[in-house]
This record gives sequence, C-alpha cells and structure tokens, in this order.
Amino acid sequence: MRWLRALYFFLIFFYLYLPITVLVANAFNSDRYGMRWGGLTLEWFVDMIGNQSLMEAARHSLLIALCAATLATLIGALAAIGLSRYRFWGRRIIQGTTITLMMAPDIILAIALLVLFIALGISLGFWSLLLAHITFCLPFTMVTVASRLQGFDPHLLDAARDLGATERTLIVKILLPMMRPALIASWLLAFTLSLDDVIVSSFVTGPSYDVLPLKIFSMVKVGVKPEVNALAALLVLLSLVMVLISQILLKEKTNYEKLT
Amino acid sequence: MKATINTKWFIIILVSGWLVLFGVVPLLLLVATSFLTADHVNLVRFQPSLESYRQLIDPVYLSVISRSFKLALITTLLCLVLGYPYAWYTARFPPRWRNTALILLMIPFWTNSLVRTYAIRMVLGTQGIVNKLLLALGVIDAPIRFMYTDLAVIAGLFYLMLPFMILPLYASTEKLDFRLIEAARDLGAGSLATFRKVILPLTLPGIVAGCVMVFVPTMGLYYVASLLGGARQLLIGNLIQQQFLSARDWPLGAATSVLLIVAMAFMLAGYAAIIHRVGGKARKGDWS
Repeated sequence: MRWLRALYFFLIFFYLYLPITVLVANAFNSDRYGMRWGGLTLEWFVDMIGNQSLMEAARHSLLIALCAATLATLIGALAAIGLSRYRFWGRRIIQGTTITLMMAPDIILAIALLVLFIALGISLGFWSLLLAHITFCLPFTMVTVASRLQGFDPHLLDAARDLGATERTLIVKILLPMMRPALIASWLLAFTLSLDDVIVSSFVTGPSYDVLPLKIFSMVKVGVKPEVNALAALLVLLSLVMVLISQILLKEKTNYEKLT
Repeated sequence: MKATINTKWFIIILVSGWLVLFGVVPLLLLVATSFLTADHVNLVRFQPSLESYRQLIDPVYLSVISRSFKLALITTLLCLVLGYPYAWYTARFPPRWRNTALILLMIPFWTNSLVRTYAIRMVLGTQGIVNKLLLALGVIDAPIRFMYTDLAVIAGLFYLMLPFMILPLYASTEKLDFRLIEAARDLGAGSLATFRKVILPLTLPGIVAGCVMVFVPTMGLYYVASLLGGARQLLIGNLIQQQFLSARDWPLGAATSVLLIVAMAFMLAGYAAIIHRVGGKARKGDWS
C-alpha cells in the first residue's frame, strides 16, 4: 500500500508541476518554439520589456489588482464585522447573496455586470473593471476575515466599551488590528483572483483599457510566443511568493493563538 | 451613542448596497434580458418574447449544450476519483506532511489559470514533452495528436478544477472520526464495506460540495475550450461569449446563461438536501 500511495502522489505532482516546469524552462530556452533545449537565454525577457502594449496591459492589471484587493479587503472586513456583530433585517439575504456570488460561474457574473453597466450607461474601462473585480473578490475576502473573527474573545470588546470606547473606536483600534493576518491573507487572495481573472475582464472592459490576461489570450491564441513565456515565468514566481507569504501568516496566527 | 448607530448603519448600508447593486440587481437584469427581443441597433428591444428559449432547443444549439454537460461531467468524475485519495491521505498525514501536501496543491492553484492552460498546450503538442516521453518509453511509435481534441480540453479542465474538488473533500475527510473506521473493522467489516458504509456517507457533504464547485463552473471556462479545443464551440461558456461579444444577440446569450443558473440552483438544492440528511454535525465547520 505504501508504494501505491507514493506512486499516486508522484503521478499527481507530475501532472500538476510538469506543465509549469516546462513553461518556466521555456522562458529561458533559446529555442524559439521550445521543441528542444537550445541553451540558456534572457532574450525573451528583453523582448517582453520591449513589447509596449504588453507592458501597458501589465501596468493596467497591476493597478486594478492593487485597487480591487485593497477595497475588497476593506469592504469585506467591514461586512464580516457587520454580519457577526449586528442583527438586522436582510442579514440572511446578504449571506445568501454572498454564497451565490462565490459559487456562481464567473461567466454569469461577467454578463450580469455587463448588462448592468450598459443599463446604467457606465462606459467600459477602468471603472467598470474595478467595480467588477471588487465584486467577485468580495465574497472571498468576507469569508477569509469571518473565519478569523469566529475565535475572537468578545470580552475584550465589552471591556473596551466599559472604558468608554465608541463603536468606531472598537472597530478601528481593536477589531481591525487583531484581524491583521486575516486582512493580509485576504488581500493576497483578492490580488491573486483579480490578476488571474480572464472571464469577467473580457466582458466588462473596453478596447481602450486592455488587461494582461486578455492580452496574453489574444497573443497565444495563434501559437507560442516566447515573450509570453517570460511573462508567465514571472507570474509563476509571483504566485509562489504569494502562497509562501500566506502560509507564514497562517503560522503567525497559530502562534498568536497559543499566546492568548 | 449616536456615533455607534452611525458606524453600524454605515457598515450595513455600504455592504448591503454593494451586494444588492452589483449582485442581486445584475442577476435580475440578466434574467429579464433573456425574455426580451434581440435588436441589432439597440442590443435589445423592450418587447417580451420567448424567442430566445425557443432558439435554445434548436438541434445545433442543443448538441453543444449536451456536449458541454458531458465534458463537465467527465471532468467532475475525474476530479472526484483522482482527487479523493489526495484529500484522504492528506487528512491522515502527520501535521508537517499535511502542510506540505496542502502547499504543493496551493501553488498551482494560485498560479494564473490562463498561464496554466497555455502550459498544458505547450506539453501536449506533437513535439511536446508528453509525446517525447511516451516515445522514449516505447509506449507509442508515432506522436499522438492531442491538441484540439476533447482529450486535451478535459486535460486542461481537470488541471484547473482539481483543487476545487480536493479542498472541500479535504475539509470533510479531516473532520472524519477515524475511530469509527476502527470500530467498523473490529466489527468485521472489510475494506470495501467500511468504505461504502462508513467513509462514503460521512464524507458525502465534501463530495457534493466538491462536485458543486467543479461541475457548473467548468461549463463556463470558455478560454480553456478555445485554447485547447480549437475553433469549435465546446462549452456553454463559448456559446454565451459568442452571443454577447460577437453575434450580439443578448437575449439568446442571457437565456443560455439562465440554463447555467438553473443547473447551479439544482446542485445547491442537492447540496442542501445532503447536508440536511447527514445532519447538523457536518455543518459545524461551515461559515454562517
């Protein structure tokens, strides 16, 4: 049984990592089409930097991801606090909507938002893209923060209130700082989700505001593009760093729980 | 006291307002659009009609829909059968290994999905590494053409969706009380009987949750079908994309998406029924 288990994990990891490894290797491969190993080169990275429209799309994507992650984390944190602390009419509807948004296929949200933007007369570009990205990140940031709030000691808040703290002080001075690891983890998740998105972006952006996944999609539709390989290698590196940071944050959380 | 009320209502109004304006209203508008008439000048004409739903049952359209269901079903079953052991072993690993196994799953999961689809295409080409390996191992004599076949599309869908199956499965295998398995063994149950009568019913919520996460979203991943499956329309997502972005028949596109919404509702209802049957125990870890 032991060797069977080892074989199983070997095959799964082989499947998960072979494509990524080949991709990263080809970013440094001087053979243009990646048919065989042609020797080490950084040529494709130079090409990538020289590709004006690709770099512009990358800048747009980073800007959207930074803004969307920050705003989605902020609104998501407030939402999680609100849902756990307040009882109000429509609370169940809010929870139901959150779960529906999280489970629904991206393409449903994409066209639903497209219809909304057209109906409201919002032109497709930076703002429509930002609103859409915040919306699909929001359920994930809410859940990430809410899970951290569950283990929270409510007596701390009672104590603060007895000492005269207002609701806003409670949130700004106690809840938000205590949730810091969760906030950073949810920011990283939202940033990744935003940068990863192809489907929603392809519907809610206009020709004036091209973003990275759409640019990559149109470039690779026809064949292999070495400068895309270079960019993809950078994206793989970025996600590696993100996963490691969020893992360290998880550890920090467990240490913190031991202390209290 | 006034400040308390202001902060509370600021939060409630901001959050509810956002979710209603960008969640509930767009979905209602989408469903409403499916009952309107297509118009080439103004996108839609405000004239109620069931024309889009009639077009949905056109044989050509229907064949794409049934093919899409088939591909999503195969992908879901592959993810379930090949992902279950991952969740199972990971839950039984010592903590150190368990974290490693989870991180190794998360790294591809956090990598850009378009980049991963492109990577799949790179390895599946006739000159790709998979064909080279198979040739070197002597499994095949001539390169196989994987690209632009259903096999390539399934390989890509499986690659993207596997973590969505394993994570809910892991959540339920981790909660499993392993003493129950020992008890079943002590009472004389064989491996198969233990699996069928103890493990399977107790991990059913995770199985259903994983299937919900994989089945319907798979049908929307139109870019995987375009990159790996060629120009043919393979998934419901391709149909929707075509109607909204090139054919400009929004009511038909909206009606197609209502199909996905209905499928989603059925899956969620099934999930709720299973959770209800298994009882409150499985619910504990859920977010509410």
